[in-house]
Amino acid sequence: MDQHTISLFVNNKPGVLLRVALIFSRRAFNIESLVVSSAMDGKYSRMTITASGDSKTLEEIIKQANNLVDVIHAGEHIESESIEKELAFIKMKINATNRTEILQIVDNFKSETVDLTHESLIIQVTGKTDKLDAMIELLSHYEVIEIVRTGKVVMARGDLNT
Amino acid sequence: MSKKSLTGAEVLIKCLENKGVEYIFGYPGGAAIPIFDALYDSKIKLILTRHEQGATHMADGYARTTGKPGVVLVTSGPGATNTVTGILTSRMDSVPMIVLTGQTTTPNLGKDAFQEADVFGITAPIVKHSYLVKDQNEIATIVEESFEICNTGRPGPVVIDLPKDITSADTVMPEKITIDLPGFKKTPKANHSDIEHLAKTLKGAKKPLIVVGQGVVISRAATAIQKLAEKLNAPVTSTLLGKGGFPETHDLSVGMLGMHGTAYANRCVEHCDLIFSIGSRWDDRIRPGNAEEFCPNAKKCHIDIDPAEVNRIIKVDASVVGDAKEIVERLVPLVEPLETKEWLETVNKWKKKFPLSYKIQGGLKAQHVIEKIYELSKGNAIVTADVGQHQMWAAQFYRTAKPNRWLNSGGAGTMGFGFPAAIGAQLAEPKECVIAIVGDGGFQMTLCELSTAMLHKLPIKILIIDNKYLGMVRQWQSLFYEERLSGVDLEGNPDFVKLGESYGIKGFRIKRAADIEKVLSKALAYNEGPCIIHAEVVKEDNVFPMIPAGKSAADMIINPPKKALEKPEGST
Ligand SMILES: Cc1ncc(C[n+]2csc(CCOP(=O)(O)OP(=O)(O)O)c2C)c(N)n1
Ligand SMILES: [Mg+2]
Repeated sequence: MDQHTISLFVNNKPGVLLRVALIFSRRAFNIESLVVSSAMDGKYSRMTITASGDSKTLEEIIKQANNLVDVIHAGEHIESESIEKELAFIKMKINATNRTEILQIVDNFKSETVDLTHESLIIQVTGKTDKLDAMIELLSHYEVIEIVRTGKVVMARGDLNT
Repeated sequence: MSKKSLTGAEVLIKCLENKGVEYIFGYPGGAAIPIFDALYDSKIKLILTRHEQGATHMADGYARTTGKPGVVLVTSGPGATNTVTGILTSRMDSVPMIVLTGQTTTPNLGKDAFQEADVFGITAPIVKHSYLVKDQNEIATIVEESFEICNTGRPGPVVIDLPKDITSADTVMPEKITIDLPGFKKTPKANHSDIEHLAKTLKGAKKPLIVVGQGVVISRAATAIQKLAEKLNAPVTSTLLGKGGFPETHDLSVGMLGMHGTAYANRCVEHCDLIFSIGSRWDDRIRPGNAEEFCPNAKKCHIDIDPAEVNRIIKVDASVVGDAKEIVERLVPLVEPLETKEWLETVNKWKKKFPLSYKIQGGLKAQHVIEKIYELSKGNAIVTADVGQHQMWAAQFYRTAKPNRWLNSGGAGTMGFGFPAAIGAQLAEPKECVIAIVGDGGFQMTLCELSTAMLHKLPIKILIIDNKYLGMVRQWQSLFYEERLSGVDLEGNPDFVKLGESYGIKGFRIKRAADIEKVLSKALAYNEGPCIIHAEVVKEDNVFPMIPAGKSAADMIINPPKKALEKPEGST
């Protein structure tokens, strides 16, 4: 099953998220990440959704999303034709012995420490999803307290519209 | 001078008047009183139903007959939830409908106030679009948008949820209404190169088959399709909802295809080298569960107004997205007659070899009654059917020659649809003969509307095919579940003639084949109001031909089988 990234340009109105979500849920298709924010002058919103599933069903989902009155445009993103980023905060339990090692990982991944106490540390990392996955995998050998990820945002490259 | 102040409800009703609404099918309640109050002074006729579900099916029947949206008005909470089945029914069959629901006041929203229901949420999966109105000044725009949305492109239901404080609040009728629907895709103009490619794909077919669906009826493409079929020399079959999209009385017609279609239509599906669907979405009633087994050796072409339907179920060789009538009219000059002489000979041989048939002996047969009412009404009636065996027999034996005259719940298969839909149809066409062919089971789901039909003196002929069973389910249990009849016996049925009498409705009885003609002639001549024709048919007849759910046309059972059949894997 492939991972897909879908971006939707929609009316910024109550209920739009429900309508989009229903197209996924009636097929028992799980949404893995969802980013919604208002776009332009607030009249519209941008949604970026990642989901795994077969391509045929996804194509159907996109066509049905385009049929919604509140959806101006929906389409799938191909990785080579778009820029994508994600941000995560990772809160770690630290102690005198592992602190330096963890800070080294932070450094290696070009991430930042945004909060630091004697017992804990918050890391902020941005990048492609697989970079975040790799870093989290490494950190999981230490004591992770919690992780918050934004989910992916994407934009089409060059002249293409997102 | 400043504009006259009106309530939100008054603006709503004015807008509906301006849209040419003749009838509102409704049922009142607290949250809808302001709207009913505004209706008091309106020229729109209110049809007070006896149940909200009936209101939706009436609006649906009206819409299917006229092509204009049917309008429903109900109260909040249970009033609104009672419309859900009707909304689903119209959505599945692409019928334009506007459902106005009263709602608790805006400050009460989300507080589980009396008769509050999240109507927007409950109906979201089954509407084409919906509104929860938060500002009385937006009512006019919302009505304008709703009419545009429900009947443009692929039609469907629109729900407008109207809080009571909004319909009561002061506002004015705007001078100019501008709609703003940036995401609404109008009917796409069909792409010329797609039409050319379609014409090319049709070329050389020796055994073509055209399938007409509901889209043909909606787009009023019947005349264009007749031209196309006659030019191509191609046989035409129709889906349950496509009946009337091509005259079933025409030489090129092979009748309905699918689960209970004619044997010759299904033989055509099995043997054709090209299958061309116009306005049908390759529903699972007309193809095997595994869509890849459907006509594996035939080329496939598709015209549909909804881009989401193209290549959704069946991968096609040529497709055009757009309005069926426009496309077929543009296609006709691009095609050449096909060499189908041999194919048509074969088809005609099948027609002779496997006609629709039934045994007249051994008790009163539903098929016999329906065939006779077809003959006696000269095939000219507007016919609605409910859901079940009687529906399939009606589809087989009441041939439909013109569009908008065969009204059925196809996609949803909603029992209880047939009779109220006939009320909507008769209101739309007061001079036409309207026949509702219903089962004893389904009729009892919405028979409270006998009052409505009687009150308006609608001369509907209600033909009740009473087999004292939920016959279609019993048929499955008999054929596939070793006669283990479970939950299908309708013991306790009323005497339907006496039931009618209590409403002041004329009743007729048919118990013997010998009485069919005499009784039906009388009933058809009775036009002072509704009448009930209670046909007490044999209890255990089965509908054939039958393709078990999930199977292919090649697995069709034409005559009653002698031994038990294996359980089909397809749904219902
Ligand atoms: C609302 C609803 N409930 C259940 C069904 C399932 N169902 C399909 S046909 C049928 C039997 C219908 O019986 P009846 O109305 O007597 O018609 P018959 O098949 O006997 O002609 C049933 C229960 C349905 N289609 N709709
Ligand atoms: Mg029955």
